[in-house]
Amino acid sequence: MKSISREIDLSSRGGNLVSVSQIEFRNVSFRYQEDMPWVLKNVSFSISENEWVAIIGHNGSGKSTIAKLMNGLLFPQEGEIVVDGQKVAAETVWSVRKSVGMVFQNPDNQFVGTTVRDDVAFGMENHGMPRPLMLERIEESLSAVGMSDYERQEPHRLSGGQKQRVAIASVLAVSPKYMILDEATAMLDPQGRKEILSTMLDVQEQRNLSLITITHDLHEVVQAERVLVMNEGEVWLEGTPRDIFAKKEQLTEIGLDTPFVTKLADELKSAGVDLSREPLNHQELLEELWTYHSKK
Amino acid sequence: MDISFQEVSYVYQPKSPFEYRALHNLSFNIPSGSFVAVIGHTGSGKSTLLQHLNGLVQPTEGEVTVGEFRLKAGEKNKQLRALREKVGVVFQYPEHQLFEENVEKDIAFGPMNFGVPQEEIKQRTDEAITSVHLPKEILDRSPFDLSGGQMRRVAIAGVLAMNPEVLVLDEPTAGLDPSGQREIMNMFARIHKQKDLTTVLVTHSMEDALEYADHVIILNQGEVFMQGAPADIFQKKKELSEVQLDIPEIIQFLNQVEEKFNKEIPFHRQSVTELAKELAQMVKGGRDHE
Repeated sequence: MKSISREIDLSSRGGNLVSVSQIEFRNVSFRYQEDMPWVLKNVSFSISENEWVAIIGHNGSGKSTIAKLMNGLLFPQEGEIVVDGQKVAAETVWSVRKSVGMVFQNPDNQFVGTTVRDDVAFGMENHGMPRPLMLERIEESLSAVGMSDYERQEPHRLSGGQKQRVAIASVLAVSPKYMILDEATAMLDPQGRKEILSTMLDVQEQRNLSLITITHDLHEVVQAERVLVMNEGEVWLEGTPRDIFAKKEQLTEIGLDTPFVTKLADELKSAGVDLSREPLNHQELLEELWTYHSKK
Repeated sequence: MDISFQEVSYVYQPKSPFEYRALHNLSFNIPSGSFVAVIGHTGSGKSTLLQHLNGLVQPTEGEVTVGEFRLKAGEKNKQLRALREKVGVVFQYPEHQLFEENVEKDIAFGPMNFGVPQEEIKQRTDEAITSVHLPKEILDRSPFDLSGGQMRRVAIAGVLAMNPEVLVLDEPTAGLDPSGQREIMNMFARIHKQKDLTTVLVTHSMEDALEYADHVIILNQGEVFMQGAPADIFQKKKELSEVQLDIPEIIQFLNQVEEKFNKEIPFHRQSVTELAKELAQMVKGGRDHE
């Protein structure tokens, strides 16, 4: 059965059998203990090179488990995860982790250095990078997250948001191909969040980096190219942000919120204002309203 | 309890190479019974301010009063214990502080430390667990077998069991999913009213401040940048962007509508449904009257 489904998978991508740069989940099921319910149930999807994918879902829907499976912090009981043609397993985790970087939700759990620069250096030391390159990368990645002025500060003196920016810099310094942000912006202020997001876009463009953002922040979701909606351990829906948010009622049913613009567009329809398409931001909604207004 | 800050400054690690001035000549008053939102971008001094409210830190200069308690620079306060009984602080990610073998013991830990008699503890535990909308059966379970949202409620119940008069909330919804966030905020709004509390909410969410607070204090670089009623404060787009803060999305949108259509729809705390009706009237308006 498995080999058949794999063939179908491959042919659907145009029969490309050469190893491709992508993360692939193939019929993955996972549970934390044998007597516990399945957290993921037969989950399949793939993330391509240089793509921005947002994974959303209510708390406990399996989002964070997906992140941990991607870089071998957990291994599935069924199915497999393949990163750049390599199956994630105990023997391959170190090479997988070089290409899959992860920023966690709580910055306090990922600090090891006594100063900001030591902390950024830590990951690179583990990967055995030469010192001159390390120095260069420290500077580069700290400036990418706007923390250059804090190089010699002690991490515990930083606020939550600042710590998180350093954590992102630490991952950037190792220059991975995929970066997972597991609710990493949840604790930043709105401005800080915006800065990180635009930094992420810049970095992604410059470095050929795929972003996998696990998030509740709808502004972050709207910016992604593709959205994966998780519900009770299954991929519930997959599509562009516009397609996803068009299903407002279903999203609300599974405990998810929709952007202000989507809600307003919906209420406008109920109030008898027909819009020609689902707006995703203020600008689009204003255009729609303007068109409606001038037609009359 | 009335809270007031009089010219409060706070310096971390003074006279060392790491010296850092977190609060600078900060003065404000919070009347008893208010629901106040303290907003500021990362590093603006919010957390330091919060730590003054129950005497975790003492002002380097100036004076903080909370009810009859007084924290003054250079003066040792002997009533810190009593102060901490009155001011309950829900820290960020409070569920990380759970430690007991079952929920009941965890909630009882605070009151027990303050010498509350056993029978009363039982009563307070029951009341607290009901307040946070959790079933009483959960009292026997290990806090670590609960979901993230439930764990947070248990941690909050532990603070409520102290019967505080002031409730300080440091980003209480961080990390919860949207429906969890709404539930927790509605819960605090209800408890605030029921127990006649003075609530101080430290938040990044302009939306929450707009919806729940009756007074907003905007901090910037350890100083009060602006304060007032949320509906007034959030009209000041230019000033807020100076301190890297956004105005709530609904007000942002209303400004854009005015720019595009040259017609003003004033903000009056309308719901999305009400706003849609006003907008519909505006875009249809021309046709109906001509």
